[in-house]
Amino acid sequence: MKITRRQMLILLPAAAVAWEHVLAGTPESSPNYKLSDHWWSMLIDVPKCIGCGNCVRACQAENDVPDGYFRTWVERYHVSDENMTNPVVISPNGGKDGFPPVAKEDEGKYFFVPKLCNHCADSPCTQVCPVGATFVTPDGVVLVDPKYCLGCAYCVQACPYGCRYIHPQKEVADKCTLCYHRITKGLTTACCEACPTGARQLVDLKNPNDPIHEFLRTHAVQVLKPQMATGAKVFYNELDGSVR
Amino acid sequence: MSGVEGYIYPNEVTLYWSVLIVLYPYITGLVAGAFILASLERVFNVSAVKPTYRLALLTALSFLIVAPLPLQFHLGHPERSPEMYFTPHSTSAMAMFGYVYLWYLMAVLTFEIWLDYRHDIVKMAQSSKGLLRLVYKVMTLGSSNISPRALHVDERVSWVVTLVGIPSAFLLHGYVGFIFGSIKANPWWSSPLMPVVFIFSAMVSGIACVMVLYMAVTRLRGKTIDMRCVDTIAMYLFYTFIIDFSLEMLDLIHRIYEADESFRTLDFMVHTKLFFSQIVVQIIFGTIVPLILLAITQVIKLPELARKRMYAVAGALTLVGIFAMRWNVVIGGQLFSKSFLGYTSYKIALVTKEGLLVSIGLTLLPLVILWVLVKLLPPWTDDKAAAGVAAD
Repeated sequence: MKITRRQMLILLPAAAVAWEHVLAGTPESSPNYKLSDHWWSMLIDVPKCIGCGNCVRACQAENDVPDGYFRTWVERYHVSDENMTNPVVISPNGGKDGFPPVAKEDEGKYFFVPKLCNHCADSPCTQVCPVGATFVTPDGVVLVDPKYCLGCAYCVQACPYGCRYIHPQKEVADKCTLCYHRITKGLTTACCEACPTGARQLVDLKNPNDPIHEFLRTHAVQVLKPQMATGAKVFYNELDGSVR
Repeated sequence: MSGVEGYIYPNEVTLYWSVLIVLYPYITGLVAGAFILASLERVFNVSAVKPTYRLALLTALSFLIVAPLPLQFHLGHPERSPEMYFTPHSTSAMAMFGYVYLWYLMAVLTFEIWLDYRHDIVKMAQSSKGLLRLVYKVMTLGSSNISPRALHVDERVSWVVTLVGIPSAFLLHGYVGFIFGSIKANPWWSSPLMPVVFIFSAMVSGIACVMVLYMAVTRLRGKTIDMRCVDTIAMYLFYTFIIDFSLEMLDLIHRIYEADESFRTLDFMVHTKLFFSQIVVQIIFGTIVPLILLAITQVIKLPELARKRMYAVAGALTLVGIFAMRWNVVIGGQLFSKSFLGYTSYKIALVTKEGLLVSIGLTLLPLVILWVLVKLLPPWTDDKAAAGVAAD
């Protein structure tokens, strides 16, 4: 087949558009990173959290999270002896600016609980997505493809933990990515890096040398809402029974 | 924070499924219900409802055409909605919407209407002039054989289509119920009864809608309302409504008796934020009052005028009640926090993409479409009867 110069000029931009379409689904290159070698999750050491809000601020700065929405947030629980199943919980501005001081006369116990997407292995949010725009990566992270999401919010309804929202400008579902752009390059997440007490630790369950294995063996570790059977992978050390 | 009581997860302040998502199950329910009423005449040989057969089909079609619009307006990226057809996610109940919808629209409803009207369309293509003639000609789809044998084939095929249509109508609306009932994260929705309740409430609303439309339009046309027809429809409405109400009460009693971890939160919501829409509008005025009115017409022999008025009031209240039921399911399911520690609020906007004006427009649009369809394909049997009598 002979292609004239005129045909060539028409074909070239079309080929460029087609090639861009082919490349659209290709992840950013990360040499030396093998998806099948990792199974990411996070450990939250509840007694270590001091409610400083560093993690929330770091997350918002790193991921350009819009004001009033949260990929991670911190809750303060107040559980009194008389009413242990009905805690008083606050999270002013997601705990971003810290918490008000506690009155001396208040009885009971106080503690902080950082929250984020649980990157569930059997995640209900990915199950309900009508087009598969949200998915679990082979290395165990739940992500949303913003170029594919319809913005129907079915996933927001399906998440038992309130971790998803519709981005007010992009009008697509948005949530914690476990800083996928960082962890695939050998870094830790922004929230873990900013945590001054080591209350948040990125863990790789497929790495035999990760201290998480020793930790899980020797501590009372829980996940949130285990009755939901979502295969949640954010592990909480010394989680109080009143936490929802 | 305004509109927030107690503690809710910070991302739960915004309520994402608005009044448009209330309209969507309401409209599809009317479609399914109207079709099931039509099938009474065709499959179950209930000849008394014949005057409403074609009207019910056209009503179903008008509402079905509008059914996907609330979803489109609601989507953040409506331009991507065709992806639901091209790359559906096999585990998503919502992904099946496109297929169930298309199947119902094309294979069931449009096909059945076309079969039923084919004879009339061919006749009208011959008798009309100008642009209308062209429209009717296109509508024949090139099939202009109206010999008795051809019409007999139409009749048989139409019977089969209706037979297939009944489970399809159940599928269409049962699936809408499944969308909500299968969300385990939300105790207000998560129930295997949800699809069944949706199907029966759909039948109730569809039957009430056709009954009210038939009575209103017949009056507007200056014709006599066929009381045998309306009495029969009202009887079916009454019995379907009893099943629907029993199912909803079963769900309620089950929740109260089980009183699981979510109960206190949901109970408080029903007594406060949902009190007006659920207790007052849905249960008292939208269910108990119409049920009492319909029950009176079943047990006491009332004069025609009284029956007509009671049917009209019961039908209109039923339509409001079923809308309230959809509202309470969709909006109610998002008012409480999944932490069970607090509540958010829903304020309907006026002129936004998902606001009041758009929803009123989308509610009226099916009636406009129905008006066009009725002009194009007159569904009236009394005209024919009159013409037949005159010819004799």
